[in-house]
Amino acid sequence: MTCIEARGLRKAFGTTIALDGVNLRVEEGRILGLIGPNGAGKTTALNAILGLTAYQGELNVLGRDPWSQRDQLMRDVCFIADVAVLPRWMRVSQALDYVAGVHPRFDRAKAESFLAKTTIGRTSKIRTLSKGMVTQLHLALVMAIDAKLLVLDEPTLGLDILFRKQFYDSLLNDYFDRSRTILVTTHQVEEIQNVLTDVMFINRGRIVFDSSMDQLESRYSEVLVHPEQLAAARALKPIYERQGLGRSILLFDQVDRQQLGAFGEAHTPSIADLFVAIMSNQSPGAAV
Amino acid sequence: MNTQSSAVPESFGRQEVMPAVMSATRPLYWSVRRELWEFRSIYIAPLVAAGVILFGFLISSFAGIWEKALSLDPSQPKVAEPYNFAALLIMGSTFLVSLFYCLEALHAERRDRSILFWKSLPVSDLTTVLSKATVPLVILPLLTFAVIAVTQWIMLLISIAVLSVSGQSVAALWSHLSLFQMWVVLLYHLVTIHALWYAPFYGWLLLASAWARRAPLLWAFLPPLAIGVFEKIAFRTSHFAAMLGHRFGGGPEGTEFTKAGMAMDPLMHLTPLHFLISPGLWIGLAITAAFLAAAVQLRRHRGPI
Repeated sequence: MTCIEARGLRKAFGTTIALDGVNLRVEEGRILGLIGPNGAGKTTALNAILGLTAYQGELNVLGRDPWSQRDQLMRDVCFIADVAVLPRWMRVSQALDYVAGVHPRFDRAKAESFLAKTTIGRTSKIRTLSKGMVTQLHLALVMAIDAKLLVLDEPTLGLDILFRKQFYDSLLNDYFDRSRTILVTTHQVEEIQNVLTDVMFINRGRIVFDSSMDQLESRYSEVLVHPEQLAAARALKPIYERQGLGRSILLFDQVDRQQLGAFGEAHTPSIADLFVAIMSNQSPGAAV
Repeated sequence: MNTQSSAVPESFGRQEVMPAVMSATRPLYWSVRRELWEFRSIYIAPLVAAGVILFGFLISSFAGIWEKALSLDPSQPKVAEPYNFAALLIMGSTFLVSLFYCLEALHAERRDRSILFWKSLPVSDLTTVLSKATVPLVILPLLTFAVIAVTQWIMLLISIAVLSVSGQSVAALWSHLSLFQMWVVLLYHLVTIHALWYAPFYGWLLLASAWARRAPLLWAFLPPLAIGVFEKIAFRTSHFAAMLGHRFGGGPEGTEFTKAGMAMDPLMHLTPLHFLISPGLWIGLAITAAFLAAAVQLRRHRGPI
């Protein structure tokens, strides 16, 4: 089943075009990373999907139009929009009471058991919690909701590495099952590389790359090349070349790994490296 | 996830009905509760006012000021004065709270970005705005009534205690102070004037609070001022200012007792029918509805500041 489907999604703020005809399709049960530079339109795309912003074009999330049916959609969709959007004046117990009160799919016992693993006190005010604890609380609230789609916008921004790791671990181990879909944007790409099943790059309001991780692994390879073999390697038309440890690292698209084996051991590039390669080919004047 | 599949058919049918009922009232109920959690001045302000009044009344009772007034001439209606004064003071405090609450209600959530959290829950913008309008239109008038009633009751107990200690007759107090009658008038005044007649003010302030990126107070006061000044310069009239003054200064027919004063058998002046058929009331409510509808649309479009 299709979870999110967008066709020709456009959004402009004055003369700035945030989304320039985005087409995307996310199937149920995927974990999709939406990666892009600042100002690429990531948050605008998520806001459109969540019914927080009006748009032009067609958008369908779990069979609903998000802009006109946000409140109904939110029974099946959860989102964590960066850290610290939980109201600071609220007590932890009030947050639990409120979500239990308004959300028909919230399992309070589940949220309590997640919280029991943390040091968060029930009577604490959110303003007294650390950034990491607020995120833990938000995650506990969200994971206790039986939702079909979870949207995370920079969920771990400003957290230390322990919290970040824990965040994705609990998400994968305690929350994700094959029937749910997760859409995540982040700048810490390396940390979610192993979590994702799909990846999309967005730049200047357009989706410039869209692939499953399986496809990505079979299609792209990266090789560390000795200077004397560089000319031969370049003949295979790498899409990107960078320097590292006195050698050249060449990134190839759809080149047989056995062929590349002559230059060194070929491996799958990191999403970050692939992102840089594809973004630099996107720059004005460059051939795509 | 599969707990429903094992449920018997009837209970499954009930579960189908339940969400529909829940979607209508439960989010509203919880949204109102969260307003009371967030804006604690809603109940703290009248309680503090009541505390100050009771403390002052206690001191003055023991100092014998009111006692003297009583003993001088038991037939004069002055005994009710401190009670009316207490009611006035508490009403004033909650009215101020209403105004500032409305200015904050749709602004604070955008300022602290928590609107992103509220919007991530299945609560519509309409429900949210209605829950916020419920505070000045329903919660505060009823709360004001309760606080005033309890305060006056305690004042009465203090008076009785002081009178009995000083060996004076409590009967004079009873004959000139009928709390029950005062409470009926009070409740009528709060519902007709504070809730229904002032409703457009609250609606306007909520709209300003949803609209403003900064300084909702200025957005609330400058446009009406501009309209008034424009009218004065362009047409040399001041209908707009007069209209606002009339709206603020008192009710339509049927609530005149506010001017007549509460001391003279005020129940005679309660004419709810006149009030209910006065066009001013319904025009005001229609304007309130329009303001609130605009606030709903604004909340839908606006994100954090």
